[in-house]
Amino acid sequence: MTVETKLPYDKQYIESFSSDRKEPEWMKELRLHALEKADQLEMPKPDKTNITRWNFTKFRHDYIPGEKIASMNELPELLQEYFDQDNIPENLLIQRNQSVAYSTLSEELKEKGVIFTDIFTALEQHGDLVKKYFMTDAVSVDQNRLTALHAALVNSGAFIYVPKNVEIEVPLQIVFWHEDPSAALFNHVIVVADENSKLTVVENYLSSASEEETVANIVEEVFAHDNAKISFGAVDHLSSKTTTYLNRRGVAYENATIDWALGQMNDGNTVSENITHLIGNGSSSNANAVTVGRGKQIQNFTANIVQHGKGSDGFILQRGVMLEGATTIFNAIGKIEHGAIKANSEQESRLLMLSPNARGDANPILLIEENDVTAGHAASVGRVDPIQMYYLMSRGLPKDDAERLVIHGFLAPVVTQLPIESVKKQLTQVIERKVY
Amino acid sequence: MAGSVLEIKNLHVSIEDKEILKGVDLTIKGGEFHAIMGPNGTGKSTLASAIMGHPKYEVTEGSITLNGEDVLEMEVDERARAGLFLAMQYPSEISGVTTSDFLRSAINARRGEGNEIPLMKFIKELDKDLDYLEIDKSMATRYLNEGFSGGEKKRNEILQLMQLKPDIAILDEIDSGLDIDALKVVSKGINKMRSEEFGCLIITHYQRLLNYITPDFVHVMMQGRIVKSGGPELAKRLEAEGYEWLKEELGIKDETVEQNA
Repeated sequence: MTVETKLPYDKQYIESFSSDRKEPEWMKELRLHALEKADQLEMPKPDKTNITRWNFTKFRHDYIPGEKIASMNELPELLQEYFDQDNIPENLLIQRNQSVAYSTLSEELKEKGVIFTDIFTALEQHGDLVKKYFMTDAVSVDQNRLTALHAALVNSGAFIYVPKNVEIEVPLQIVFWHEDPSAALFNHVIVVADENSKLTVVENYLSSASEEETVANIVEEVFAHDNAKISFGAVDHLSSKTTTYLNRRGVAYENATIDWALGQMNDGNTVSENITHLIGNGSSSNANAVTVGRGKQIQNFTANIVQHGKGSDGFILQRGVMLEGATTIFNAIGKIEHGAIKANSEQESRLLMLSPNARGDANPILLIEENDVTAGHAASVGRVDPIQMYYLMSRGLPKDDAERLVIHGFLAPVVTQLPIESVKKQLTQVIERKVY
Repeated sequence: MAGSVLEIKNLHVSIEDKEILKGVDLTIKGGEFHAIMGPNGTGKSTLASAIMGHPKYEVTEGSITLNGEDVLEMEVDERARAGLFLAMQYPSEISGVTTSDFLRSAINARRGEGNEIPLMKFIKELDKDLDYLEIDKSMATRYLNEGFSGGEKKRNEILQLMQLKPDIAILDEIDSGLDIDALKVVSKGINKMRSEEFGCLIITHYQRLLNYITPDFVHVMMQGRIVKSGGPELAKRLEAEGYEWLKEELGIKDETVEQNA
């Protein structure tokens, strides 16, 4: 089988796509530059997963507006379980295909200067701010062919900016609904917490069931400036026919914190990298992630915390459950750069195998270039303990129920980290559905 | 309804091809408390595990029935739902699952679909039993057995016994590792279960527990068989004189199952 190397879209297409979106000139330039790069760059090479036969480059690309949602009382059925009807979020953005279907931001936050909008509106109204953060200090255009392709072809996304000294207690929630798979999802998210600010953001990715093969190429860039604190939750649940590349990047400056709680529940093949740079002294990050693999899906997750700052603190926690013929690789990388004295890097990756046909590997990697630091790692790939099962069943629980309890218990340390109750509940439901 | 009957006949059990039980006969009826005593290594815990269906123990001969139904044909969970309960010597730790969530699932598994226990009723009864066993309320929200002390695990087993209300319970060395106060509390819980509908098999090395729970029948196990049965006075004599007189009487030199292996 040969790999498609010719890119599907040319310069003219991108120029007119950018003009149609009324983008600033710099964005058009950036796209065109990225397109050139995409031709020359290599594909990413995730450790221990061969993706050379995965289709990331053959897809249809377009801007397909989704139907508006007039009221939260009339939510499409698929979205209903994402919300608690008695407790609709005050700050919510629902993107349907490539356009905004619903959006709301409290008056209070608007007055404080909080920006919470889709990426195209942000480019139009806050071009300079977007320019400062769009694939500059976090993910670079030329990291690999897929990031370049992403930059060239972004067709949706969101932008969040919290000004200095603004602390938001209520979470901001975003739903990315890939309803029509005939256009690939090139979604770009930027979250910026300026100095001394605080915010919680939770995003959901979901697709409508479809037999059509499609591609998701997602880049997310999260910035916590000095003393800022970001709590970032996500539930990814794209369809089995979607091949996904997901690049989530964090940058934390002096005494800043970025905590991740990621429910990685895609049904299709997925390569995901979650890299956090702890630039500032005293900065910290907890990178929590769970996954459930089912069917024949192959997934590769890299959680990487790169510590530059003195006294910085990084903790990676990954848990995964593998069913049927699924394959999952967990790469956990704790990197302490030279000069990051008193830094602490901890990591734990565990996989639970429920089927003899499932495969998995947990690779603990510590790269330490400074002496005065502390670090630790734990990794395991195991099966359900038959003695645990015996104990639970001896109280009358049927085998399936006992197994379900063990699975939820195994994933609980990460699930409980999700910052919104309704999203936690929804993740639990997705786990339940994936497991049985 | 009269109590249940657990009948064990000529039970032979092996672990990894080594025979541990060599023909055990025992009948436990609702309303009766039996104690099995005996030194270490004589097969007491094997009997408990074999009745419940521990995956490592293989029954090679004999039968176990509950009210005439073949227990050996049942899966572990079916045995529990049929009315058996085993308080384990080493309960498993189940991370991420709270004691109360687990208990409610277990109660509902026995009650069956459509007959689930109402939440408020469950909470009320759980609170009552926690108080009775002098267990801190926080245990209900802690992960099942995770980080529990030895004593807490034993109390938790009795809490489960009280909540699940089985017909026949087997208590495998429920007294091991307990101080005298904990022993009293645990005994109080077990005694509360006493009724015509409840039968109990208590496995212990020590007569100590039997000071608080008076058995109707006492059996002594040696070399994988029950070698002597009697009333509470048998336990008292063993406490006072040890096992030597009995070994002499029976002509046994080494009481452990190793002897014939």
